[in-house]
Amino acid sequence: MKAIVRKSIGVLIAVLCITQYGHTQDLLPGLRVWGNFQVDAQYYMSDTLIDAPDVPEKIGMNAFANLNLAYENLTIGFRYESYQLPLQGFDSRFRGSGIPYRFASWTQDNLEITVGNFYDQYGNGLVLRSYVEPNLGLDNSLDGVRMLYRPVEGITLRTLIGDQRLYFDKGPGIVRGADAEANLNQLLPALAESPNQLTLGLSGVSKFQRDQDPLFNLPENVAAFAGRLNYSRGAFNINTEYAWKSQDPSAENRMIYKYGEALVMSASYSVSGFGLLLSGKRIDNMGFRSNRNAVANDLHINYLPAMTRQHVYSLTGMYPYATQPNGEMGALAELTFRLPRQSLLGGPYGTTIVVNTSVANSILREALNDTLPVGQPGTDGYTSAFFALGDEKYFQDFNVEINRRFTRNLRGSFTYMNLYYNQNVIEGKQLPDEDKIVKAHIFVADMTLRLPNRQSLRWELQHLATQQDKGSWAMALLEYNRAPHWFFALSNQYNYGNDDSDKRIHYFMVNAGYSQNANRFSLGWGRQRAGIVCIGGVCRVVPASYGFTLSVTSSF
Amino acid sequence: MTTLKKALFSFALLLLVVAAASGQGTRKLPEMTIKTLDGREFQTSSIANDGKPFVISFWATWCRPCLKELNAIAEIYDEWQEMGFKLVAIATDDARTRANILPMVNGRGWEYEFYYDENGDLRRAMGVNMVPHTFIVNGNGEIVSQHTSFADGMEWDMFEKLKKLLQE
Repeated sequence: MKAIVRKSIGVLIAVLCITQYGHTQDLLPGLRVWGNFQVDAQYYMSDTLIDAPDVPEKIGMNAFANLNLAYENLTIGFRYESYQLPLQGFDSRFRGSGIPYRFASWTQDNLEITVGNFYDQYGNGLVLRSYVEPNLGLDNSLDGVRMLYRPVEGITLRTLIGDQRLYFDKGPGIVRGADAEANLNQLLPALAESPNQLTLGLSGVSKFQRDQDPLFNLPENVAAFAGRLNYSRGAFNINTEYAWKSQDPSAENRMIYKYGEALVMSASYSVSGFGLLLSGKRIDNMGFRSNRNAVANDLHINYLPAMTRQHVYSLTGMYPYATQPNGEMGALAELTFRLPRQSLLGGPYGTTIVVNTSVANSILREALNDTLPVGQPGTDGYTSAFFALGDEKYFQDFNVEINRRFTRNLRGSFTYMNLYYNQNVIEGKQLPDEDKIVKAHIFVADMTLRLPNRQSLRWELQHLATQQDKGSWAMALLEYNRAPHWFFALSNQYNYGNDDSDKRIHYFMVNAGYSQNANRFSLGWGRQRAGIVCIGGVCRVVPASYGFTLSVTSSF
Repeated sequence: MTTLKKALFSFALLLLVVAAASGQGTRKLPEMTIKTLDGREFQTSSIANDGKPFVISFWATWCRPCLKELNAIAEIYDEWQEMGFKLVAIATDDARTRANILPMVNGRGWEYEFYYDENGDLRRAMGVNMVPHTFIVNGNGEIVSQHTSFADGMEWDMFEKLKKLLQE
């Protein structure tokens, strides 16, 4: 760690000295400096009613700052992070401070070299995606060397090697990868004017981890390959990727030796005022981590996107889907259309309607033979026909959203959602069959009224009706905005339908914020319900809490 | 050793602050390769508006305030265009929602200049953490202001800033 800090500072000083000497007249011309800062802090108060865990330290805080410098072809940067008691719901291994991310990168004649930490993604990420999502406490950046080369227009070649970040430490495995992508229209002059746009990509990623298992003979090198295609012609677009992974017994797949597979595809047709999207996917044993013993969100090498709509309201987002890397089949359809203004149905200002539905299901798993149960550790686990559905439904969502402007100043968005949610699969609960499925009807009305002097009032009314889990919920929110600086909000979520009358709790919340250009401050006070925060289908469990929150973000 | 580390670190920070202070006014857009929505590679150095100011907005299909912002600007975009202004919208969706970009853009009838920041390179190079994050760029391609979040009415603030820049 010390060596890392010293080295990065060395590079920084060297660059600054060079730039200083080069331009004594005009201090550092052409130098670009930028960065950002975010702190989220919470003061925890005890609240036995909502089962908020007792926090003896009283205060939690997550903070980070990125600082970057670019001069001509060279960019250097680092991120300082500090978790002076990580916020509740973040892994306790974040406790502490340090510089887990620093890099230098430069470009010379179409060759880009990065040393230090970097993020990269091949295609849809089925075999490689390193990324950072501070609000999930997720950062699987690689530390090593990355090269990117564009020999001719339309061709991009990338390669990398590194080990992965694990909180303030590194994972035990080494990740190696290479990717080639060609845009045929940019590459071949004959196709330059073609209405058919075609991009092809191929990638390969492998990891190395020593086998020290006393019981199993484990592969120390595991490889994964993927091929992808993006085709568009006028209003049509098709994107598809297939990935395959060699034997990789792991804690996640319960030590089976089966190879992994994933296929994602989507097709869309869209013209002005109309969009249709159809997507499908199949995932089988495709968890891929740089430590075979890793669990939770640790050390993922790849990313398996959830194929369900990402809901943003409190109650529509209460039961979010998370990808099941061990196996799932899913499909999604979404239709967007606009009813023109001044029409019978569109009203004076026009109306936009989005209809979306998605489903996720198990894959069919059949025993290898009569004596072995499905998923027996140390074996191939099971066989699975590629297009065969299993008999367990994981998730289903049908929703309609209508956006309409009623008058010059009043607009509204109305959502209905019908949900089917398998708690045993998605949250790993072990409920009896009759209790494991949450079926819910959810309504949301979100209205905004514009007032003079760039003020506005926004209110949300939400209702979730269900007989299962914690029962029904109602929610109301009122928000006052004065652009571009102020906002003030009051909200309450009421679990009025809980079977246990002592748990019919009000989760009230007061929030106020001020923003000035790229600075934003917000203060909150109230109760936060236990729940799941998801971004991009990756989720984090948040315990209930009560107290004050402070957030500050700043960019320069 | 720790003291030395701290001293070096403080020194480096000081240099950064000096650099930041002297670097003001040279906020050119970073040169990166992103993609058009039909998959072609695109150099950010080509983003320009014939010497007139413009707006760059980072957004995502799942981000409600982003959609509010893009819808609000769409309602007054005729006026922007009459003055020669434009909006460059950079989608930051990941593999989960990338397929939604085209149907949403067309389905809603937005007429902005759209690109896709597939690997998040541009986002990192411009210090964007959360969306919406909007930059106002002058006719010389320099970033003159930025803001995060959106509230109703901010489309007019942007419009006024653009008009002011045009007069300068």
